[in-house]
Amino acid sequence: MTRATRLAIFAVAGAGFAALLFWSLVDLPDFGHYHWPYGKLLNAVVVNERHTTNVVGATVFDYRGIDTLGEEFILFTAVLGVALLLRKEREDADAAGDDVRDDALRMLGLFTVAAVFVLGLWVAAFGYVTPGGGFQGGVVLAGAFLLVYLVGGFRSYRALAPDSVVDFAESAGAGAFAVLGFVGLAYESAYLRNFLGIGDTGTLYAGGSIPLLNWATAIEVCGAMLLLFSEFLEAYVTPVSRWRSR
Amino acid sequence: MIPLQVVSLLLVAASGLSVVLIRDPRRQVVANGLYGLVLVVLFMVFQAPDVALSMLAVGAIAYPLVVLVAISRVRGETYDKDEERR
Repeated sequence: MTRATRLAIFAVAGAGFAALLFWSLVDLPDFGHYHWPYGKLLNAVVVNERHTTNVVGATVFDYRGIDTLGEEFILFTAVLGVALLLRKEREDADAAGDDVRDDALRMLGLFTVAAVFVLGLWVAAFGYVTPGGGFQGGVVLAGAFLLVYLVGGFRSYRALAPDSVVDFAESAGAGAFAVLGFVGLAYESAYLRNFLGIGDTGTLYAGGSIPLLNWATAIEVCGAMLLLFSEFLEAYVTPVSRWRSR
Repeated sequence: MIPLQVVSLLLVAASGLSVVLIRDPRRQVVANGLYGLVLVVLFMVFQAPDVALSMLAVGAIAYPLVVLVAISRVRGETYDKDEERR
């Protein structure tokens, strides 16, 4: 294809895209003028109805219902795909000679790993009270494990996050979320409907079944991230020649 | 729109453009990290702290690792082929 042909095709496609984009932007409401019912309704009723001060958390883990289940399984499915593509027999990884021997670095790890781990627990635990939540907390928790790899090496990482545990955590978290949703369906007539007492506003006891779903999400996301890291790190520490021959 | 929002929108546009214009993938990872950080600021300025936290966690932890490992693997393979040819 010559340069002129490509430019001509781009001109047509670009003009079409620009027209569609412009068309979609014309009728947008003015900046800061939100006038759809759901957002306003939720903002008005959530704190009273669920005693959770993070309306986003309550919306995702309660009012939105089955949509959130689909969102849960996006990550689950994506990571499953990674594992299917990258996971082969485990044999080379334990021989990885990337152990960190620098004492200063290992010492730094002692402090940072613990701090990041606690931060992850905090972000997850208070997800429905303050900004944060199971997803964000789960990723930060997985980040603590990744730090172990950075300051210790792949063998330390693998010892802390063995496949059997990580696989189980990911599946159990996703499964628990689905099951908790069905409990809502069975007892309260709608998927993901709250089925516990709503507790005290602004505390960790608030939200009824929201905390359970929040933790299920945290465990699933942390497991999914660790599985992702395991597969990619193994690909990284395995010598290229052996990687290709497998 | 308050000035802070305008500034953060412009910063997002500029850093996004820089990611596209930088051609070396390894440098792009760094530029993309900066882009992610600017996006975090944008979400904060537009009062979406939940989204900002998600962006912060994924952009700082998961994304760079996946991309860096992928790049090193691709380069490793081409390197290996060169070795065989010699």
